[in-house]
Amino acid sequence: MSRFHPGWAEAFCIEKLRKKCGVLCWICKEAEMEKKKSRRTVLKSGLAGTIAALAMRPRSTVAHEIKKYPDTLGVLVDMTRCVGCRSCEAACNREQNLPAPDKPFTDQGVFDEREHGQMRRTDETRYTVVNRYDLPGQAHPLFRKVQCNHCQEPACLTSCFVNAYTKTPEGAVIYNPDVCVGCRTCMIACPFYIPAFRYSSAFHARILKCVFCYDTRLKYGQPPACVEACPQEALIFGRRDDLIEIGRRRIKDNKSSYVDHIYGEYEAGGTSWLYLSNVPFERVGFNTAIPDEPILDSVKSFLAIVPMVLTIWPALFAGFHLLATRKEQHRKSSDSNGPEE
Amino acid sequence: MMETLASENIYLPITGSLKADGTRWSLQERLRLGLTGKEYLALLWRNPVNWLLLIIFSVGLLLLFERYGLGLGSVTHASNDYPWGLFLGFGLFGMVPLSASGFLLGTTVTLFGRKDFLPIERLALLNGLLGYFFAVVYLEVDLGMPWRLAYPMIVSFGPAAVLFLVAWHVATYLSVQIAEVLPALFEWLDRPAWKIHIKRMALGLTIAGIILSTLHQGALGALFTYAPTKLHPLWLSTEFQWIHFLCSAVFGGVAMVIVSSTLINRYIHWRCGQAFIKSLESLTLGLGKGASYAMFTYLVIKLVAIAHDNEWEYLLTGWGLYYFLEVGLGVLLPMVLFARGVHLSAVKPVRIAAFITVAGIIWNRLNTAIYCFNYQIYQELPHWKEVWLTITLYALYFVVYRFIVYRLPIVFDWEEGFSPTKPL
Repeated sequence: MSRFHPGWAEAFCIEKLRKKCGVLCWICKEAEMEKKKSRRTVLKSGLAGTIAALAMRPRSTVAHEIKKYPDTLGVLVDMTRCVGCRSCEAACNREQNLPAPDKPFTDQGVFDEREHGQMRRTDETRYTVVNRYDLPGQAHPLFRKVQCNHCQEPACLTSCFVNAYTKTPEGAVIYNPDVCVGCRTCMIACPFYIPAFRYSSAFHARILKCVFCYDTRLKYGQPPACVEACPQEALIFGRRDDLIEIGRRRIKDNKSSYVDHIYGEYEAGGTSWLYLSNVPFERVGFNTAIPDEPILDSVKSFLAIVPMVLTIWPALFAGFHLLATRKEQHRKSSDSNGPEE
Repeated sequence: MMETLASENIYLPITGSLKADGTRWSLQERLRLGLTGKEYLALLWRNPVNWLLLIIFSVGLLLLFERYGLGLGSVTHASNDYPWGLFLGFGLFGMVPLSASGFLLGTTVTLFGRKDFLPIERLALLNGLLGYFFAVVYLEVDLGMPWRLAYPMIVSFGPAAVLFLVAWHVATYLSVQIAEVLPALFEWLDRPAWKIHIKRMALGLTIAGIILSTLHQGALGALFTYAPTKLHPLWLSTEFQWIHFLCSAVFGGVAMVIVSSTLINRYIHWRCGQAFIKSLESLTLGLGKGASYAMFTYLVIKLVAIAHDNEWEYLLTGWGLYYFLEVGLGVLLPMVLFARGVHLSAVKPVRIAAFITVAGIIWNRLNTAIYCFNYQIYQELPHWKEVWLTITLYALYFVVYRFIVYRLPIVFDWEEGFSPTKPL
């Protein structure tokens, strides 16, 4: 399944979950190292091999190993460039065959919509929304595009008990409606409030969320529809590592116009979609309290006790039973022995 | 109600296999409690509780059709921010801890050999079985694709997800509990010999019950560790959440048995056997004692969690006040009442404490699943239809519970031979 898993190791992989995210479990990691080592020794045995080994520069591949999918793709959103034209919303709507909205995509009035005091969010009719933030002291309003951030270690994926989610090597977090039971744990787990549920249908309920245009575009190496539609080049599509480079360079070159942080580089274990902003992120609706560790990390303390309970409890409680009923057993045996003697 | 019936001499509860004349009760007669169809309907008619149930069901059934015809959104607020509402908040997270009674009393009697709790064991087992069963019923109303309930077992596996563990354990534990309650059914069906197979497995079933309960009660808590940034820190401790849920399930389950036995003893007294009636007070005190110990433990680990996560400052906020209110009214108050009742050997405070405890558990679970969830965003009140449906399902649970307690030897001993069917 995963490119990192040699066949034999997959059967023993103790972190099946992480497999999908591309992180190596220790067995696979060792297997991978083993493979490299043996390859290197063979190559080094000959002169041509030595040259080839040098040319291959194995060290750099080793360095890549600790990363997730190394060539994972992403999008860098530069909020300083976004003008709130909503072209991306329109493009997404078309690409994903979503129902036509009540108000046209040219209507700027949607920016004032509030539900429970909240700005617009993704739901079953829209996989991406742009929200406007009028900040005091800013000459222009700021716009924030919201869609699935395509986490490196997605919480939706790790919380799903029927494995309906997959993190593809390209970076997309995709969803399989054919196995989904509709428990909505993924919506609980997603720290970005992205997955939406089709509450409006009894028979065709499902989760709906941005899939990075995986089936129609990303699979073929093309950028998602929203990126292509952006007239401002506020969205840049590329290798995640390159995007981080670009982001860092922009921050470095324009210290006064950027906050020194790429949102998504580390949040929740890192996301494929990254953001640059000229104001602190919490002021434009980002949750900056999201830890750098993947959401799965906070569940681990429970997962760790499961094997312990399963193995220790039976013996422990059988022992308690023997202790608690010792007198009774003793009495029983002496009773049954009595008449015989 | 029953007193009047008994005095009118039309009620002859079936307490054994045989009628006064030595012939066997037919299955139909057993189902009708030994009454003719007409008498049985009259009995139902005269009970005001049934009228209330009728009102609940008449609206509830329509809502149920609406939910299955038009989707979840037709009966709830269809919130994407609050994916879990009352069906899970109350039905799953509330019902399951109150159903810990089965494994607790099973452990007390079978594993620790406390035979003195035997008269109440079956009630605890039944309470557990029905609670779990109806938690699944609630789940079936809540799931988007209820027809795929068995998918995590047969179609697609996500073994590293906490919910996967919950699904498997609840399913397995349901079968364990069915096996544990079967002896009562076998007696009622005049098949006492079949009990032997269950009896042989009793210890195994009990230990299986402990393992499964420890894990899935804990897992229900651990489900919320998926939302470390959404649930208020005072209601979420990623390290201790599973212990909090497990420990509160211990006193929740015990309190629920006290509540259930109190209600049965009071309103279905005619059905209670001598062993049950005679021992009920001392057993209630015994259970109350256990509950107060568990509550003390719970309070300590709640405190430990706050210290461990260093959340003291939250206690001074409005949320902190609400937290104190929940812990104070839902745990501390009943704990003191339990202790006082046990100390004075008075049943009444213990029973009052049990009612408060049950409410406290539900309060805590609703807080965790709904009220303190998304604490930084907004609080949502459930749709009235959602509330009504939740009550409808609970009414259904009540009806099934009552139906079984009326008939099966749960709180009385089945007489396999001669049965004097005199009115009580």
